[in-house]
Amino acid sequence: MTTTDRASTPTSAPPLLEIRYLSKFFGNVIALKDVSTEIHTGQVTCVLGDNGAGKSTFIKILSGVHPYDEGRVLMDGEVVRFSSPREAKAAGIATVYQDLATVPLMPIWRNFWLGSEPTRGWGPLRRIDISEAKRIAREELLKMGIDIRNPDQPVGTLSGGERQAVAISRAVYFGARLLILDEPTSALGVKQAGVVLKYIIAAKERGVGVILITHNPHHAFPVGDRFMILNRGRTLTDKPKGEITLDELVVAMAGGAELRALTHELQKGRDG
Amino acid sequence: MRAPRLGVTLHALEEPLMTSKTSVPPADERLTSVGIGARLLQRPELGALLGAILVAAFFTIITDQFGTLAGAARWLDFAATLGIMAVAVSLLMIGGEFDLSAGVMIGTSGLLFGLLITRLDMNVWLAIPLVLAFGALIGLLNGIIVLRTGLPSFIVTLGTFFILRGANNGGTLLLTGTVRVDGLDQAPGFDAAEWLFASTFLAPYNFRVTVVWWLVLATLATWLLTRTRSGNWIYAVGGDKVAARNSGVPVAATKIGLFMTTATAGALVGIMTAVRLGSVQANEGVGREFEFIIAAVVGGCLLTGGFGSAIGASIGALIMGMALAGIPFAGWDSSWRFLFLGVILLLAVLANNLVRKRAEGARRT
Repeated sequence: MTTTDRASTPTSAPPLLEIRYLSKFFGNVIALKDVSTEIHTGQVTCVLGDNGAGKSTFIKILSGVHPYDEGRVLMDGEVVRFSSPREAKAAGIATVYQDLATVPLMPIWRNFWLGSEPTRGWGPLRRIDISEAKRIAREELLKMGIDIRNPDQPVGTLSGGERQAVAISRAVYFGARLLILDEPTSALGVKQAGVVLKYIIAAKERGVGVILITHNPHHAFPVGDRFMILNRGRTLTDKPKGEITLDELVVAMAGGAELRALTHELQKGRDG
Repeated sequence: MRAPRLGVTLHALEEPLMTSKTSVPPADERLTSVGIGARLLQRPELGALLGAILVAAFFTIITDQFGTLAGAARWLDFAATLGIMAVAVSLLMIGGEFDLSAGVMIGTSGLLFGLLITRLDMNVWLAIPLVLAFGALIGLLNGIIVLRTGLPSFIVTLGTFFILRGANNGGTLLLTGTVRVDGLDQAPGFDAAEWLFASTFLAPYNFRVTVVWWLVLATLATWLLTRTRSGNWIYAVGGDKVAARNSGVPVAATKIGLFMTTATAGALVGIMTAVRLGSVQANEGVGREFEFIIAAVVGGCLLTGGFGSAIGASIGALIMGMALAGIPFAGWDSSWRFLFLGVILLLAVLANNLVRKRAEGARRT
């Protein structure tokens, strides 16, 4: 597996995840229709869209919550179809949900290891290797650029951005190849959002493919390598960095023509 | 020892980002240093420990008996059976659930134990594991109903409470024609059971062997909570069920295990009580479920789950044991104990609320 093949040379190795004409229906509601994109190792793919655009459906399909109805999802060039979040996780797809990732009252290190605690000893004496668990949690968080002084500190005392960092570093440590981040910045202030974006870059630089779900083009643009905009369940734009500017992204996000019409209308109202 | 401060330092990465033009300083000036005192406040059992010292001092001063070894044997006796149950109930409460049938389980299992050895002439050593297994089964049913339906355990176990209470009275009356099962001490193997569950030690003062059971079980529960994976999962399922599930914790299995532990503890205490008295009243244990919950809450367990300790619950049981023995020592009517329980419960809930707010932190940006 190499990280050098980018979208420019797609023939050398298959992308980490390839999505072809993906569709999902809930009864007669078309949640997603013919969505295609590629996700590469060591790249951040930003999925943008307004509420109801299909962002949630898209990540829920990739993380194994919903099965898809049409199209194909290929991982390393092979068709995959996850029937549960556990299966997706086993394949290396980790999803970090906005505020459901950590237990606030538990210490940082216990949260970091939750569900996969390292143990030593045997039989009834099998116990968590606490010193080792604390050491690794501290080291891994340091790699993400977060220096915890006290791993026994409850996660609830961390800021929103730092809690995201705990969840992200945990996913990376446990072998995630594709990290799906669901609106990690939406509930945060400007400064905290910037902190989370740094963690995303740190994860990317460690060779993880990242899907960043957001409705804020200002958060997506500085970190993204590829931008996909969904609108009413369909792909509006799917372009790599360099082929799209921030202004184009903002305009496309806001629905272009609609925004111009709205600006015009507001202008007219002020003039009259 | 590292500097006792709660804080996080953010290393600014080299890469500048448009959204954060101001680089993040190495330490956030809004994070104040927090001293040892505030850190101790995060310990769930601290308030209970202070309370225990106060109650002990109070009764030692106003009564002659309380401070003697014989007096200690008396209040430790009250605390021990309460403590065994409080430890199990605290695990369940940390896991985010209640069991209102925990008190009446003592009666049910005591009666079952009595009937097995007196009516069926079953050997005591066969009856004990059977009754414990019966307790586990009731816990399993409680757990399965709560987890399958998603109903609050408060209401499900209230149902179990009334079912068992009715069965205790009705069943005993039907089988014996009275409201008690007696003659347990005639059963084969009873002497050995008496040694295990109801003997005393330190001769003139007569400390009860249940105190040893209590200390051993509290130690085991503390080991489980703080040192094992299961313990981590108990805190997680009580603290945030969804986050625990997302992290791969078997939520249902953990909670059902806790219901089974609590009901089995009830069966154990039921056997202990039956062996000690040699007979079992049909209404044994009714109303005691609240004592266990009070002990756990006084010991720092949050009603909302995810926080608390077995040591705290044991100290809570100790406070209640001291009051239950101290009130008659002082020559007061034993009815006053309810007033006492109510007051310490309210004080504990107020203190816990403070502790929880500190532990969760106000910084939620």
